[in-house]
Amino acid sequence: MSVTAGPRASIEQRPQQRSRAALVTGLVILLGALVVVCFFSITMGARGVGPGTIWKAFSDYDPSAASETVIREMRVPRTLIGLFAGAALGLSGTILQGLTRNPLADPGIMGINAGAAAAIVFSIMVLGAQSPGTYVWFAFAGAGIATVAVYGIASFGREGATPVKLALAGAAVTAMLTSVTNAIVLNNESALNELRFWQVGSLAGRYFPVFWQTLPFLVIGIVVALGAGRALNGLALGEDLAHALGQRVRLTRIVMFVTVAVLCGAATAACGPVVFVGLVVPHMARMICGPDYRWILAYALVLTPIILLIADIAGRVIVSPGELQVGVVLGVIGAPVFILLVRYRSITEL
Amino acid sequence: MATTLAPPHVLAGRARRRRRSVLVTSALAVVVLCLFVLTMMVGSYYVSPVDVIASVLHLRDDPTTDFIVRDLRLPPAATALAVGVALGTAGTIFQRLLGNPLASPDFVGVSSGASLFAVSAILVFHAGSAAVAGSALVGALLTALLIYLLAWRDGITGYRFILIGIGVSQFMMSIIGYVLSRAQRYEAGEAMTWLVGSVGRSGTGELRALIVAVLVIVPLVIMLDRPLRMLELGDDTATALGARVEPVRLALLGVAIVLVGFAAAAAGPLMFVALIAGPVALRLTGPAGSIVASGLVGAIIVLGADLVAQHLLPAVLPTGVVTGIIGAPYLIWLLATVNREGRGG
Repeated sequence: MSVTAGPRASIEQRPQQRSRAALVTGLVILLGALVVVCFFSITMGARGVGPGTIWKAFSDYDPSAASETVIREMRVPRTLIGLFAGAALGLSGTILQGLTRNPLADPGIMGINAGAAAAIVFSIMVLGAQSPGTYVWFAFAGAGIATVAVYGIASFGREGATPVKLALAGAAVTAMLTSVTNAIVLNNESALNELRFWQVGSLAGRYFPVFWQTLPFLVIGIVVALGAGRALNGLALGEDLAHALGQRVRLTRIVMFVTVAVLCGAATAACGPVVFVGLVVPHMARMICGPDYRWILAYALVLTPIILLIADIAGRVIVSPGELQVGVVLGVIGAPVFILLVRYRSITEL
Repeated sequence: MATTLAPPHVLAGRARRRRRSVLVTSALAVVVLCLFVLTMMVGSYYVSPVDVIASVLHLRDDPTTDFIVRDLRLPPAATALAVGVALGTAGTIFQRLLGNPLASPDFVGVSSGASLFAVSAILVFHAGSAAVAGSALVGALLTALLIYLLAWRDGITGYRFILIGIGVSQFMMSIIGYVLSRAQRYEAGEAMTWLVGSVGRSGTGELRALIVAVLVIVPLVIMLDRPLRMLELGDDTATALGARVEPVRLALLGVAIVLVGFAAAAAGPLMFVALIAGPVALRLTGPAGSIVASGLVGAIIVLGADLVAQHLLPAVLPTGVVTGIIGAPYLIWLLATVNREGRGG
């Protein structure tokens, strides 16, 4: 039972590997775009500010000036969280798809979001309602425990955690945790109330403490993930061939999986379950650069924060002075874009 | 037919497979009936199986028993039965048509449309239960139509249909999340309860509609079983065998979607029933597995889950919580039985 579609769908053509020069140029352009997006993320919103104010907020801070406080205390941490969480989600989505050879793999399928949600609801049930600042550790722990459980279940049997077994174990753990979470929130109104706000991923209201709490995990995860390209290329040839080429398949899998757990856990803890980017960006990167995972990872690293931050800015601008959570914007704008891509470009099978 | 040209041992094997399939399907039907009667027996007031059957079939009149059985226990039991059959049938059609065991309607976004419409009816328009059920049905049908149109390019490939379904599902889910985060506290709880799904809340109207839909569609599905088998061989082979590929595919998707819509209208989106029923039925009946067996397995799952939710848990919970929990051991069982080769995913 293959988790991807059967041979009937394999008429899709594979994209060609592009020239190195073109790929480098593309990456530089994207990096430039990322800088521009970060700038807009700091300046745009209910209270527009100019570059001069940003400069002043950091060189000669005046706590009584509201616009400077907004920049220092809200927009900058928000942009930084978007930057790192975006990179983490894009990389972990890419690795998961390569690792499980399943084009639909995303952080949600590994039980990570369900684990974080269950931990938060559980903490409210046991300890009473708290502030989102304290959720971070619960969300992180929940995500970690869920991924360990997924890997443990998938490792049963002779072959260890094969792609299909990982996907099934992820779905199983998600099912279990979601049901338990539902059972709790249907009998505990304050848990329901917190969960429904957390469930929509958002970069708003995340300040520096949350950023500093999750940063170390994000940085370590991103560094390890960026070095995973060669190993993923090996796995893409199939386990046996990877073995024959001298790759230590089982070790590779465990390292990758831990990396994904750390990245997704930290990103989910920082901004709630942000769906969609982790699933879609790897496909976009693959369309741009072809099958070499070293390039796909590099592009995912830059492309995901661009998309996440644009969605966040759009949410601030569309319903100004209110805002739409970034998770909603991604779903409402990102989903049609993804559908168009699926319709008019061939998405390759992995 | 060419069957007459087949060597005798092949014919014998075929007959054996067909016999096993018929036997297993009959056994499943008996189990469904037993669970159906059991559901109406247990509760705060015990009714004997004989009394239940007599009361349901109007063989005897006893006001107390009739009130408990016909008025209180028959509607949820009938809902569970019909929803189970509908979801099991629809799930297996989706999985076989799209060639993917994870392509059940709840994964491919049909249910998300039903949920969005129903939740909006509850939270935005403050609708009553009948209007919410109607919205769910309309939502499922519109969403399925949308996915079909978006996935259509000189025909439908399973892979594209699934990807687009997931995109549509994400779209719906994000709006659901937004609507929930903007709702009043009390109503948010009501909407969450709907999203989990339960067989205990359907009104007579929804229940009647669902039963009529099941009675009309299941015979249709049985007629479509043969063309479906041809489609599973691949489009070219099916065309060579004389099946009209696209019309058959459209008809099958259509009936599956109508079933999902009516089931969601009656009980909400019960997780995992559509995903589990088909593969379990196939494992039980052997390679000659039938759609009927999948429907019966679906009914067993929902009836069983409802019994557990009503009587075996510390708090009375909606049926959907239990079907969700059943999903976990099922997937782990699937893990344990994954073949060693050719399952690269």
